[in-house]
Amino acid sequence: MQSNVQQFPPNRPEAAEAHSDHGHDHGHDDHGHHEHHEPGFWSKYIFSTDHKVIGIQYGLVSLSFMLFGFFLMVMMRWQIAHPGVPVPVIGPVLAALLGQPAAHGIISPELYNSFGAMHGTIMVFLGVVPLAFAAFGNYVVPLMIGAPDMTFPRINMASFHAFFLGGLVMLVSFFIPGGAAQAGWTSYSPLASTIPTDGQAFWLVGMVLLITSSLLGAVNFIATIIQLRTPGMTWMRLPFFVWAQFVTAFLLLLAFPPLEAAGLLQLMDNVAHTSFFLPTGLAVSGPVGQVSGGGSPLLWQHLFWFLGHPEVYVLILPAMGIVAEIIANNTRKPIWGYKSLVYAALVVGFLSFIVWAHHMYLTGMGQGIATFFQATTMIISIPSVVILTCMFLSLWGGSIRINTPMLFALGFLPMFGIGGLTGLPLGLAASDLYLHDTYYVIAHFHYVVAPGTIFALFAGVYFWFPKMTGRRMSEFWGRVHFWCSFTFMNLVFMPMFAQGIKGMLRRMSDGGVNYSAAKVPGVIDTLPGTVMELNTWILWAAVGLGIAQIPFIINLFWSISHGEKVKSDNPWHATTLDWQTPTPPPHGNFAHEPHVVRGPYDYSLPGEANDYTPQSETGGKSAH
Amino acid sequence: MEIPYTVKNRPDTGIYNAKLGVWLFLASEVMLFGGLFSAYVLLRVGAQPGHWPHGWLDVRFGTVNTILLALSAITTLLAWAACKVREFGKFKFFHGCTILLALTFLGIKSYEYHDKWIHYEIQLKDGTFADGHLEEQDDKQVVLHGRIVKDEKDLYDLRAQKDIQLGEVKIDRANIVKMQNYGPWHNTFTAIYFTLTGLHALHILGGTLVIFYLWGPGSKMYKTDPERFTNRIEVSGLFWHFVDLVWIFLFPVLYLT
Amino acid sequence: MSESEQPVDLKSYIRLCAVIFLVVLCTTSAMIAASFSDHLGSGWTGRVTVILGIAVINAFLVAGYLMHLLSEKKLVYTVLCFTVFFFIGLMGLTLWAMGNFPVGTINH
Repeated sequence: MQSNVQQFPPNRPEAAEAHSDHGHDHGHDDHGHHEHHEPGFWSKYIFSTDHKVIGIQYGLVSLSFMLFGFFLMVMMRWQIAHPGVPVPVIGPVLAALLGQPAAHGIISPELYNSFGAMHGTIMVFLGVVPLAFAAFGNYVVPLMIGAPDMTFPRINMASFHAFFLGGLVMLVSFFIPGGAAQAGWTSYSPLASTIPTDGQAFWLVGMVLLITSSLLGAVNFIATIIQLRTPGMTWMRLPFFVWAQFVTAFLLLLAFPPLEAAGLLQLMDNVAHTSFFLPTGLAVSGPVGQVSGGGSPLLWQHLFWFLGHPEVYVLILPAMGIVAEIIANNTRKPIWGYKSLVYAALVVGFLSFIVWAHHMYLTGMGQGIATFFQATTMIISIPSVVILTCMFLSLWGGSIRINTPMLFALGFLPMFGIGGLTGLPLGLAASDLYLHDTYYVIAHFHYVVAPGTIFALFAGVYFWFPKMTGRRMSEFWGRVHFWCSFTFMNLVFMPMFAQGIKGMLRRMSDGGVNYSAAKVPGVIDTLPGTVMELNTWILWAAVGLGIAQIPFIINLFWSISHGEKVKSDNPWHATTLDWQTPTPPPHGNFAHEPHVVRGPYDYSLPGEANDYTPQSETGGKSAH
Repeated sequence: MEIPYTVKNRPDTGIYNAKLGVWLFLASEVMLFGGLFSAYVLLRVGAQPGHWPHGWLDVRFGTVNTILLALSAITTLLAWAACKVREFGKFKFFHGCTILLALTFLGIKSYEYHDKWIHYEIQLKDGTFADGHLEEQDDKQVVLHGRIVKDEKDLYDLRAQKDIQLGEVKIDRANIVKMQNYGPWHNTFTAIYFTLTGLHALHILGGTLVIFYLWGPGSKMYKTDPERFTNRIEVSGLFWHFVDLVWIFLFPVLYLT
Repeated sequence: MSESEQPVDLKSYIRLCAVIFLVVLCTTSAMIAASFSDHLGSGWTGRVTVILGIAVINAFLVAGYLMHLLSEKKLVYTVLCFTVFFFIGLMGLTLWAMGNFPVGTINH
């Protein structure tokens, strides 16, 4: 079976020849080695314009940032569980690196705030978005639509460099006097303009760079998907992953600029001492500040959340795309309701622009506007549920192949379900007023993003690794990684629902000890001891989650050179075009322009010899 | 490896890659300036009654700049048309004009900035306000070319006051409570004025650099691939027209109302 | 290669451009006149409406003729339609939110 896999359309013998010596003889690190002149290290790996190299660059950098963001979180969890106690092992290192804010290895409240703000920023803008959108999008989208590269390869490179620079600015800000930004990843004004640190200015400059990078990427993605689809690749033959990336690119294109505008305004507030977001008579710890006033703090929130909410779908749509591909591939049957998936993704993208103020119910909103945003928020949950339902239904009646990517994809479904459903009480003003700013909110969006999106991203890494390197990752360690991550993820986040419902507030560096200890006469409900004890549980679950990533990291790097070699270009027996290239794909991807004759998920067509029929394969009865 | 549709139009969409790319980019620019204009509207609507300035900017300079940009938009278009009919000399002439017009625009803009920079409002100990352009200052006194008003409110709506007498005002340093120029920190109007026009000026600068490149070293491509070069002129022209479009709204919003 | 907007000869094109330029001059003058006119009431509301109305005409000329938007492809229209819709949503909903506070709110 493996040996006579249809690697290229049979009517193109040269193509089959070109690839056949690929999968077998070449090592892992020869992206783009088909150039006529052998490029040097710098032009090959650093200043590459090849979408695959850029995708891998994005992937490695964003995975590193995710690890770093995770490390910040573990430090915070320690401080929450043991306020004022030096951090074991890492404490002295922190004290040596950061000085006063981490004196004696104790995380000061200011440092806690920095870590909190930067954990959010790094995970969202430097971790998940670049991995989900830029890394997988760059590597997979041109392959899936049969394109030789992105439309604007040099802009693609510029996009990565802007991203890298932005990440560097964020990292440097930890070491400046005063430390990194402390106003949370949302950077609400006037708080962001009154904390005495330049970290906020660094944060804003970093964000402008990251936004620029996203814009360049988004333009490139949209133009690529519209212009470079190979002949026969009509809109309704695009794999769902491509649709998801397409909608995501539009969200980035149109939702990010208002945040860029807001970032520029806040930068003016911080550097040129304007008062865009500073109200008249603003008092900072006593005296009235020396600013002209007249600005509007709520304006920042509006501009921020105009990006902030579509950003949620930027995080989740690519993940859904990956899961759809893997489910179709491993159930060996067409994805259920392809068209509903596509339309649901489009509707989600459209509606995500007009739901943002549900993050702002507590700002003293009038009933009219609150009602409007509640309505749109409830409506947007419908297409999300449509997507999830289609994926669940796709499992029904399939002869499911269980492997690591599939495990992570299956894990995604209930985890995203929990995350999504717990969001409904936050979308309704009445219940949100109570739950706002508690750990319930933290638990909700982490269920969406951490065991949701990040599981899907892990699935993607395991799934496309053979295409990138010609080798598989270890199945055994992959399963260890999945089961441990799955367990610890839930142990970390599930207790937070309970804490939040009991009223534990987020962003408290002592984890609520002072709140809990304040036995004010007449106050009925302070935080009970059981809720506080959960903090210790969560800490050790988080440490466990960190340890569970070690098999993944080792597996990832070890498999590059030692993994089991794949025997064909299409080891998963997939239908989409990304598996119809040589392995790893050379510069320019396809030996010959593929011609698409059928939909993306022609698995188990009746009467076919194989249980999959690639999109470019002619013949077969039910080409549509 | 060659990327399709860099020069030719894709049959089903009817356009080439770069043109789609620039329109997408302009869409994001619409949202960027849209966010800033929203900020402008909110600041203006939210200002205390009588506190939004009128007539602070010189309409003459604004008008001249409007005309300069309109002219440069025309020359940009003609430069493209000249490329299209393969008259390279005329292309060089028209885009040369574009660059000169853009530089003049920036010159006038920086003069206006300078004018605000040396314009001071000084709060005096007796509760009055001196306001005008700084002539000279030393340790003892400050000399303004301007006037003294009893109420700060009189400084906001200059259009409502018909007979403003300006003269030399000498102020003792000892009498000064607060002295501040009309920089972005002065109030929300100067803040949004400097931000909006500053960002717009950056766009002008960027556009000028691109056009200068295409006019100078980049024009070598005309000899090897004139069609592609013409496309580049068209795409950069679209950006330039957008910058003009932004000014068409900035001018009335900041200078005229 | 925009087949749809072939400038056949440069001379007629220059004539078209001159016309557009004259119109832009006129609209700019009209804006300034409206700004200083005494006939539009003492407040700013009416005046701002008139001036922005003229600015929109001006913008239409630039976008429609100079940017060839009038003869552009459907794809570009679609992108711009969504953009304009979201821009209106951004500005409109924000303004609505800023004007809609519960009864009794003193300051915001």
